[in-house]
Amino acid sequence: MSTDSAKYNLPDEKGHFGQYGGKFVAETLMVPLDELQQAYDKYMQDPDFIKELDFELQQYVGRPSPLYFAEGWTNHVGGAKIYLKREDLNHTGAHKVNNTVGQALLAKRMGKKRIIAETGAGQHGVASATVAAKLGMECVVYMGAEDIQRQAMNVYRMKLLGAKVVPVTSGSQTLKDALNEAMRDWVTNIDDTFYIIGTVAGPHPYPAMVRDFQAILGRESREQIMQHEGRLPDALVACIGGGSNAIGLFYPFIDDATVKMYGVEAAGDGIETGRHAAALCAGDPGVLHGNRTYLIEDKNGQIIPTHSISAGLDYPGVGPEHAWLKDIGRAEYVSVTDSEALQGFHDLTRIEGILPALESSHAVAYTAKLASTMNKDQIVVMNLSGRGDKDIHTVATHEGIEL
Amino acid sequence: MSTSASRIGQRFQQRLDAGRKLLIPYITAGDPKPEITVNLMHGMVKAGADIIELGVPFSDPMAEGPVIQKAMERALHYATSLSDVLDMVAEFRKTDNETPIVVMGYLNPIEVMGYSEFAAKAAKAGVDGVLTVDIPPEEADDYISSLKNKGLDPVFLVAPTTNTERMAQISRAGGGFVYYVSVKGVTGAGHLNTDEVSDKVEQIKAVSKLPVGVGFGINDAASAKRVASVSDAVVVGSAIVRRIEENATNSDKINSEVCKFIQELRAAID
Ligand SMILES: Cc1ncc(COP(=O)(O)O)c(C=O)c1O
Repeated sequence: MSTDSAKYNLPDEKGHFGQYGGKFVAETLMVPLDELQQAYDKYMQDPDFIKELDFELQQYVGRPSPLYFAEGWTNHVGGAKIYLKREDLNHTGAHKVNNTVGQALLAKRMGKKRIIAETGAGQHGVASATVAAKLGMECVVYMGAEDIQRQAMNVYRMKLLGAKVVPVTSGSQTLKDALNEAMRDWVTNIDDTFYIIGTVAGPHPYPAMVRDFQAILGRESREQIMQHEGRLPDALVACIGGGSNAIGLFYPFIDDATVKMYGVEAAGDGIETGRHAAALCAGDPGVLHGNRTYLIEDKNGQIIPTHSISAGLDYPGVGPEHAWLKDIGRAEYVSVTDSEALQGFHDLTRIEGILPALESSHAVAYTAKLASTMNKDQIVVMNLSGRGDKDIHTVATHEGIEL
Repeated sequence: MSTSASRIGQRFQQRLDAGRKLLIPYITAGDPKPEITVNLMHGMVKAGADIIELGVPFSDPMAEGPVIQKAMERALHYATSLSDVLDMVAEFRKTDNETPIVVMGYLNPIEVMGYSEFAAKAAKAGVDGVLTVDIPPEEADDYISSLKNKGLDPVFLVAPTTNTERMAQISRAGGGFVYYVSVKGVTGAGHLNTDEVSDKVEQIKAVSKLPVGVGFGINDAASAKRVASVSDAVVVGSAIVRRIEENATNSDKINSEVCKFIQELRAAID
């Protein structure tokens, strides 16, 4: 992006987005990561693989997902026209499956018999268990013990699908610890195991590979908004956990300078309370989980436990490409508190009859703020990354209701 | 053997010349509480340690098995920081100017301190080598030059998955010794295959002038003996840390149990 005419073309061959990204892993993983990179490069050029991927995304996932004009909500907010990219309508109920289908098909081509995954909200775990069931592969999902409590329904779903769910009791017992444990499994079982990382984190090539598998939702959005409106949107909005649904939406628009991009992080109880998960808004650069990025860390470089009402955003890091997009000013990163997200959850449910995931509710809340400051002939596309059925218990508990 | 004039290089040379394989025990600094660490280091030297590997606690130790993970959690309970670890080394150096110390940990605490500030402080404290698990040579240009500028040896890992091309690259980048990770897995894993280790050590030696230490799967005197017979040094971590864990509430017993175990290891490899 150094000159206006240059097309965005990152990461470099070492997996760097400027100073971010890279491959910060123990030596045992270096050669396997190279092998993964080679397999990925090879199959993404292989018409047979692409055909299989496209077929599964259409027939199994249900793509393309609609880009829905939320007229009632637009009127309620009173500003820009709001379109929702309906990733909640995908099989398994979130964008996560776009990536798991891609990685699982790759795993199959690489001859791996066993897949492992980490999960926070359980959506990525469910999506991994789902494709593993379909492809007849063994599946082990690592999940923080605290998240297992919060997401009981998804845990049971994974078990129904035949996956083994391993509770992680080390550290803060949430998503970051599940990722640590999955990495430990991977180095131990490197010969027959494929690690499906659920977001644009981890060592190269994961951030680029997961982005590429998610970018289908951005490409579709681009085509669909051209059909609906005959022009590009003025702004894109997506929530940020590790950042996969957001980069999936942003990526095909990066070279379109008129399209503003907003990533919405979880401010939890409020950034000023220290109980949040907003790495880009309130963190500093560091190295964790195989890449250099913004982290929520203390002055000694220890990772600080995060907080968000939404398990899928409760992560102290963020994909390295977002760190870069922030530094160069191409995307703007903002945050939304638990209570604002809950308000968004209720609003969209009541006004549009669409129950958003608590993760996506962060994007809902910010979209309402943003759109209300824009005028009526402007357009916002928001990624509705997942459906909220899995969160009903959390919302009810929060509101003092026993189900 | 190594031409390095560093304390690590010299110690390898002297010991190997004398026909003695090196014993490198690992403990996590600050485990189970910061006050005991320096004493324990001295005790380990008396019991027969040739080099000490001192772990820097980290919140997300991705390469550790449960035993060292818990050690780090105990140390972090007292907020043992990288600076604290360097202070412990300086304290140790007041009465031991001979025994080389390798600080082992994860990159983020060093990143946050800054590579050159870390290197200056570590050298001043009396650290000899730095082993950072999650920085491969590909990412390490600035890190290596900062360390080497201050006379510190960057110790790198070689794994069972490492091909010979990378072995050569790692050996060129590194200093002190090459640390061969003897199993695919995390620290404290079992199933070490001595024949495989022997093959790999030979492969490393074919491309490297550095001595080779082996660690990760060595949990008793018998496995230490077998590995010492095919390498220059054995690194023992989880088996020592387990003895600290079992006696966490009794500092005297930690010292005596750990030292007794090191004596057993010493006797087995000599
Ligand atoms: C519905 C939904 N949206 C968003 C996220 C956050 O992940 P990412 O930032 O990678 O899209 C999750 C993660 O579990 C999720 O389930």
